[in-house]
Amino acid sequence: LNPTPKRLNHTRLLQRREFCLGVLPDGLDRNSEAFEQNSKAMEGLVSQLQSHISKVLAGGGEEAVKRNKKRNKLLPRERIYKLIDRVSSFLELSQLAGHELYDEPLPSGGIVTGIGPVHGRLCMFVANDPTVKGGTYYPITVKKHLRAQEIAARCKLPCIYLVDSGGAFLPKQAEVFPDRDNFGRIFYNQAVMSAEGIPQIAIVLGSCTAGGAYIPAMADESVMVKGNATIFLAGPPLVKAATGEEVSAEDLGGATVHCSKSGVSDYFAQDELHGLALGRNIVKNLHMAGQRGLMNGLHNVEAHYKEPLYDVKELRSIAPADHKQAFDIRSVIARIVDGSEFDEFKKLYGTTLVTGFARIFGQPVGIIGNNGILFNESALKGAHFIELCTQRNIPLVFLQNITGFMVGSRSEANGIAKSGAKMVMAVSCAKVPKVTIIVGGSYGAGNYAMCGRAYSPDFLFLWPNARISVMGGAQAASVLSQIEMANKKKQGIQWTKDEEESFKEKIVEAYEREGNCYYSTARLWDDGIIDPADTRKVIGFAISASLNRPLEDTKYGVFRM
Amino acid sequence: STTAETTPSSSIEKILIANRGEIACRIMRTAKRLGIQTVAVYSDADRDSLHVKSADEAVRIGPPPARASYLNGSAIVESAIRTGAQAIHPGYGFLSESADFATLCEDKGLTFIGPPASAIRDMGDKSASKRIMGAAGVPLVPGYHGSEQDIEIMKAEADKIGYPILIKPTHGGGGKGMRIVQSPAEFVDAFLGAQREAAASFGINTILLEKYITQPRHIEVQVFGDKNGNVLHLFERDCSVQRRHQKIIEEAPAPNVKNDFRSHLGQAAVSAAKAVGYHNAGTVEFIVDTVSGQFYFMEMNTRLQVEHPVTEMIVDQDLVEWQIRVANGEPLPISQSQVPLLGHAFEARIYAENVPKGFLPATGVLHHYHPVPVSSTVRVETGVQQGDTVSMHYDPMIAKLVVWGGNRAAALIKLKDCLSKFQVCPRHSHVLAAVCSIICFNNYVASFLPFELLLFPESIHTNVTSCRHCGWQVAGVPTNISFLQKLADHRAFEEGNVETHFIEHHKDEIFVDPSNSVLAKEAYNNATFSATMIAACLCAKEHSFSKESVPGKNSLFSIWYSNPPFRVHHPAMRIIELDWENEYDKTGSRSLTLTVTYQSDGKYLIKTGEVNSAGVEVRATHLHDNEFRIEIDGVSMDVSLASYSKDMIEHIHLWHKSHHHQFKQKLGIELFNDDETQQKTNFETVSHAPGSVVAPMAGLVVKVLAKDGTNVVEGQPILVLEAMKMEHVVKAPNAGRIHGLQVNVGQQVSDGSLLFSVKDE
Repeated sequence: LNPTPKRLNHTRLLQRREFCLGVLPDGLDRNSEAFEQNSKAMEGLVSQLQSHISKVLAGGGEEAVKRNKKRNKLLPRERIYKLIDRVSSFLELSQLAGHELYDEPLPSGGIVTGIGPVHGRLCMFVANDPTVKGGTYYPITVKKHLRAQEIAARCKLPCIYLVDSGGAFLPKQAEVFPDRDNFGRIFYNQAVMSAEGIPQIAIVLGSCTAGGAYIPAMADESVMVKGNATIFLAGPPLVKAATGEEVSAEDLGGATVHCSKSGVSDYFAQDELHGLALGRNIVKNLHMAGQRGLMNGLHNVEAHYKEPLYDVKELRSIAPADHKQAFDIRSVIARIVDGSEFDEFKKLYGTTLVTGFARIFGQPVGIIGNNGILFNESALKGAHFIELCTQRNIPLVFLQNITGFMVGSRSEANGIAKSGAKMVMAVSCAKVPKVTIIVGGSYGAGNYAMCGRAYSPDFLFLWPNARISVMGGAQAASVLSQIEMANKKKQGIQWTKDEEESFKEKIVEAYEREGNCYYSTARLWDDGIIDPADTRKVIGFAISASLNRPLEDTKYGVFRM
Repeated sequence: STTAETTPSSSIEKILIANRGEIACRIMRTAKRLGIQTVAVYSDADRDSLHVKSADEAVRIGPPPARASYLNGSAIVESAIRTGAQAIHPGYGFLSESADFATLCEDKGLTFIGPPASAIRDMGDKSASKRIMGAAGVPLVPGYHGSEQDIEIMKAEADKIGYPILIKPTHGGGGKGMRIVQSPAEFVDAFLGAQREAAASFGINTILLEKYITQPRHIEVQVFGDKNGNVLHLFERDCSVQRRHQKIIEEAPAPNVKNDFRSHLGQAAVSAAKAVGYHNAGTVEFIVDTVSGQFYFMEMNTRLQVEHPVTEMIVDQDLVEWQIRVANGEPLPISQSQVPLLGHAFEARIYAENVPKGFLPATGVLHHYHPVPVSSTVRVETGVQQGDTVSMHYDPMIAKLVVWGGNRAAALIKLKDCLSKFQVCPRHSHVLAAVCSIICFNNYVASFLPFELLLFPESIHTNVTSCRHCGWQVAGVPTNISFLQKLADHRAFEEGNVETHFIEHHKDEIFVDPSNSVLAKEAYNNATFSATMIAACLCAKEHSFSKESVPGKNSLFSIWYSNPPFRVHHPAMRIIELDWENEYDKTGSRSLTLTVTYQSDGKYLIKTGEVNSAGVEVRATHLHDNEFRIEIDGVSMDVSLASYSKDMIEHIHLWHKSHHHQFKQKLGIELFNDDETQQKTNFETVSHAPGSVVAPMAGLVVKVLAKDGTNVVEGQPILVLEAMKMEHVVKAPNAGRIHGLQVNVGQQVSDGSLLFSVKDE
């Protein structure tokens, strides 16, 4: 016997009584051999992922962590968890950035980024990890910092920089310093965001040398911790070399100097916990900064929502162990959306693309998922559906499992390039929040049409089985070997079967390696690899953060008709 | 008799209650039931207290000290006349046994709801009362009170009384000169010694002899008389279990007592009351020799006693109603033969006090006060509410818990259950630590605490948070509830083997022995278990709290606060540090570190600080307010959690089953005073040598407080400048000798000019 809800408005009452047309079927045969194999394969992938993650969570090694603790400093994640609201969630981004990218390990790229609420306000956190190479900026560190700022700028999230860094990693200065999207861009972004009213807050918890000194200096408000925090353009050794002046780090650029004399910092913290508390206080007083006409609090958001009818953990059993096998994307959708209710659009037309309306935690979303190769009709249907969603300000969720657009004479003659272009145009111009999850393959122009990294989805996450490349390894090997053979023929060289095979093998191997999700996430081609079971939640967090910005009208370019 | 003819018009319609606290509330309850209006009186300390709120009218009678308010008879009588009350009920304590006050009331035409002034006077004089009782045939402790002091005669008297015998100087007190003599052989030495000591101490060496009762019981009989000379008794109460001469658990009827003894006792009490022409409620106290089974008259209390509810429970009568009716001149509502004896009742007095520190009374705010629910068999007599202050000016009793059962065993079970569910957390005020300091300093702890000390708080330096002498932390064990539980649990108590020295005889079992490592280990394990539950409750409470206070308007934003908190690829964890307050550790507390891992099914995996602790899975559900349901290892139980914060410390109390534990948790960040750092640096500039002090702004020197060349300490004021209509004190930045102080009063100094320097030497 359910108690009568207190405020049951008329519309809701109608909705409740209405028979729901779009409930998706289960779609999984739990007794099948495939189910068991798929589960087992994904279990292996998830546990491999877990073991990589547990390594990076440990930071820069036992020694460094111990040293950090001795200085009464917390680890970057501990710092963040003390800043966000009690018992609130934190969406960490790109945990495996820098994974096997350099000769030496660089856990999480030396910087922890992510989104969490402070005093009920979503903030972007950027926290240096002083236990990883002294918190210095490798090229990937810069990239991750800039990506966090990009999200913050787009979603109007106040930025909280937890600064504890030795500045640029000097041996790699050529990749860190000079280019547009290098170190300098950090401060440029701070200035531009501040101009837009997006609060920039720096909490200096350790050293903050040279270029790094500009992070607190460029911040709207900053905090420094007595004893540990130092800000200077040049440290004591360089000062001695340059001017002969002998001075301690604390006297040169400690909290006392900067809070009482230079005015570089605004809040004086006695210790780290005090500093973090002061940081929370700053957010408490932000009031309306950067919050005009938010998408947040839109109508149409159900105050109550139903969980999916099927266990979200079964998302770990859908992706086939054999990449060549197809699966029905609806079984994924059924485990992501509220009540597994999915009102499918153009169900019978262009069936290789599944489109439809649903809700996630009460928020209306438009879902676009792949059920095979993109044909003419599928692409047109996709463009149509995106137009519907942008007109209605409905966020888009892309579930990518795509080998590409259909090739061949019939397809070309039908204007597949034209149809594909329409969908790419629609995806590119759509100004509604976009979240992409790669749940399988992501190949070729399919990656574009399905809102790949280049199409600036607000967030892009991978499942551990995801593969990204311009085409499949075998196809690439075949294409390249045909070209190579033609070249060789011109030069009159005979290519043996063995030579051809080993040539192909190398290409397949390279594609295999480079198409791997770890290769992608290490280079920040995405925002992280997620456990399939967390997909619903992650999409919810991502859309919630994306809705933090004002409504924007979508304007499309010229559609080739 | 003729006085029984009372016209209805002379009946009491409005009563003034010349008391406070629970007894005032209890009297008002009966008065209201009878349709009688009530007037409360209050001191400034009690302005907002429950007895004031419960009354129809309330009159302020003076400042907090009792002698200026509740003992101020004329102010009270004046209040009664002002408000038109016809009668005054004195309650217990204060003016209840003042013959002068009773006389004053009658003189002013007010009915004193109590015995006649003559009876109060007769019974108030200890030796006179014994004489009257002796004449009335009420048994007295055998002894010799004669003037003949010859040693041979005394010895003969002693032999007559029988050994062991107590030798006591007639004058003086405090145990000086007292001797217990076990056998005739020891008599002479002891007698001479007592004489010498009495002469030295008091100047008079007269001695009296009394039978020494080795295992006494304190049994008292409730008597009631009307104005027609009818007196009956309402059976006895056993109040043997005492600490510091104060009753702590009382019961009725007395356990292990035969019916004929009971009726003898009752008859003796009635004779005693009749001998002084008693009417209204009174109590005749007897000392019972458990060895011989003899009982002797001790004294009579001419008032309604604190423990009267236990009698009410076993005779099913309202004694306050009887008091009012008797005062109205009505006859007693029932006769002796109609008095029923129903079942058994206990009363436990709940005090804010520190048991391990010799029952040191405590005062403070009742941050959490949830007594057990009352019923026809459970009474809670209380004069305080949650948030009230247990004032230092009056008795620190918080409540009386009264339970009834069909027999003693049933009543005891109920008592134990109620004690385990009685939730009180007072916070001790600073004053008490100071009092403790003074007492410890004067080595008073072992002896009786002079309660008057609490009446002069002005003399106490209040800025003390812990006792300097014994290190007692102010937030120590706050109530005597766990002590009462131990008493009620004791086998000897269960068997009804009560006697006056009960606590002393069983102290090893009742009091915590900090050196007992087995008990300490067990207590630690219990505390760890409690801490685990607290951690789970705190997490559950925070979750339900954050769910309610999510700032966003839509459900999508609320997912950031869903349970468990989400982390990418690792469970959310939380470390909770609690200080367990206990009696085993020298510092009074031990810190426990709990690691909570939020599990995906909503349970908490909680590990204690122990190495290799596997941790326990706990599910906690916040039911409402302070109530939680906890599930550990498949066992579910209700627990109550109360917390309040003070001075950046959260005090957390947990009740589960019969356990009550208290913990402290540091709250957030301590507030720092960073002025010091800032000020110092404001006065220094880089261009001057360390220790140099420059003018912080342009201004006029209005004072020079130190001479050049003198030694100063850090922070010592040196100059006063006036600028912008404000005075600024320039202080020494460090300790040392002043150099170059040249400015004079009236001199204008410019911004940044060097004023002086202080050099460390």
